[in-house]
Amino acid sequence: MGNEIFLVVEHLRGQLRELSYTLAAAARAASRSGEDRVTAALLGHGAEHLADELDVDQVLYVDHPALAEFTSDAYRPVLVGLIEAHRPRAVLFGDTTIGADVAGGISARLGLPLVSGCLALWQEGAQIQYLCKVYAGKILVEGELPGPTALVTMIPGAYRPEQGRAAHPAEVKSVSAPTLEKLRVRLKGYVEPEVGDVDITREPILISVGRGIQRQDNIELAQELADALAGTVCASRPVVDHGWLPTSRLVGKSGKMVKPKLYLALGISGAPEHMEGMSESELIIGVNTDPSAPIFGIARFGVGVDVLDLLPVLSEKVRAAKAG
Amino acid sequence: MNVVVPVKLVPDLVEELEIAPSGVELDTTFGRLVLNEFDEHALEQALLLKERSGATVTVLAAGPEGAEEVLYSAAAKGADRLVRIGADLPRPANSHALARLFGAAIREMAPDLVLIGVQAHDSLDGPIGPMLAEGLGMPYVGYVSGVTLADGCCTVRKEYPGGMTAEVEVDLPAVLGIQAAEQPPRYVAISKVRQAMKEATIEQRTAAEPDASGAAAVSRMYKPETGQRAIMIEGDIEAVASGLVDIFREQGLL
Repeated sequence: MGNEIFLVVEHLRGQLRELSYTLAAAARAASRSGEDRVTAALLGHGAEHLADELDVDQVLYVDHPALAEFTSDAYRPVLVGLIEAHRPRAVLFGDTTIGADVAGGISARLGLPLVSGCLALWQEGAQIQYLCKVYAGKILVEGELPGPTALVTMIPGAYRPEQGRAAHPAEVKSVSAPTLEKLRVRLKGYVEPEVGDVDITREPILISVGRGIQRQDNIELAQELADALAGTVCASRPVVDHGWLPTSRLVGKSGKMVKPKLYLALGISGAPEHMEGMSESELIIGVNTDPSAPIFGIARFGVGVDVLDLLPVLSEKVRAAKAG
Repeated sequence: MNVVVPVKLVPDLVEELEIAPSGVELDTTFGRLVLNEFDEHALEQALLLKERSGATVTVLAAGPEGAEEVLYSAAAKGADRLVRIGADLPRPANSHALARLFGAAIREMAPDLVLIGVQAHDSLDGPIGPMLAEGLGMPYVGYVSGVTLADGCCTVRKEYPGGMTAEVEVDLPAVLGIQAAEQPPRYVAISKVRQAMKEATIEQRTAAEPDASGAAAVSRMYKPETGQRAIMIEGDIEAVASGLVDIFREQGLL
């Protein structure tokens, strides 16, 4: 008998999250065609057909009012039950605010190994191999996926969502929910992001600043270049956490996904959480004094100078070029 | 209100990382260790709760030498109690082992709230928080960037993609994985840390080598070939700026 590979479907407010397709593609990559089975675990309420476009062999659907939206306290016991009943070879979660909130608890509860920040899975010999990013993407590690059941949290990057789509829906099998009472985590509601002065997802030229900008005063230098190029300033997480730019300008995992014509990354090393939000940009240029910064792995052009030295000179040259 | 903040040290990414001759772990002989930045946010959030509601903040560190400096720095910022667990930690850093080690110490402290960084960049086996919560029998909510205390529960702001957040009510005691404190972590003057070294005491605990099962074995560790993708524009500032302007022009961006 072949292996069974599970993936935990992610959805939010009735919409399937695109990452779910990536998980399906990763599950296919980890399985042997015709021999192994890919199973989607879908937890929801009135959401039986949410996973119809996923490229999986079957959907195990658990319906309960407490599962309408994600909470760790409701998801964890349901997933523990499914894993204990099916003993899959691997369970793929998103390395997200949903998946990463439950995978560790299940690992501790069931005594199963956990592999996090996983980029890719593949078959080698009779084994499944993993490839993970560690140290903020500066180091890659590979190894054999541990048994008997490996819990894996996946980051996007290796698979396109289209690879995980199917033309025909898989069979949906309903599984009854365990008793979900006295839940200690309760979702009160969602809060829409604050509306910023600009929508960075619609801007064709983004001048993005990271830790290398060093001080709030220096944002002005990036703004001058943005003015010269008719672009917009955005940022990576540390800049927003310092309160130097509003959350509406944040690019990455918990911020916006952007695909501009030009993404100029200034003093941004390129941690996986940031890359998630900008890797699809048409032209990425990285400026960083650290030659091993992961940003140079996806940028088309790179510059190894200090952003604070570069910015005034570059702004001046852009203004001159426009005037000339 | 008893708030515990377990913290860990991680390699400083400002320095060049070197891979050990074994090819499966980092060479940590010379590298500097720093406080995990997300744990720094967790500590800041705990101190904000102390200022708002009079909580007692206990900071718990495990492992290497630098832990004491981190603890004294926390005391200088306003932490009330410092605990260090001395143990031979398995290498590489393993979240499962730390979750068991922290769990045993925290259970005795009977906290109302445990605040821990939502992630650490060296954790191949996932963040500590969810495992710690499971071991303590507490609920866990991660990706938290705001905490408001109420009677027997707290309301947290949990981050979702696209800048959306959720308001989530969590029964206490609970473990929260902090993504960002409500304000940037405070700075503390070296003089205040020195003063804390004289005045504060660190409770030393010993622990047996913890059970590290739950992590995957690494067969190969390597640096991504970053230079392969980007075409590096060389030269002094003038030359580099001119090169970028040429690219902007070629791409029709000017």
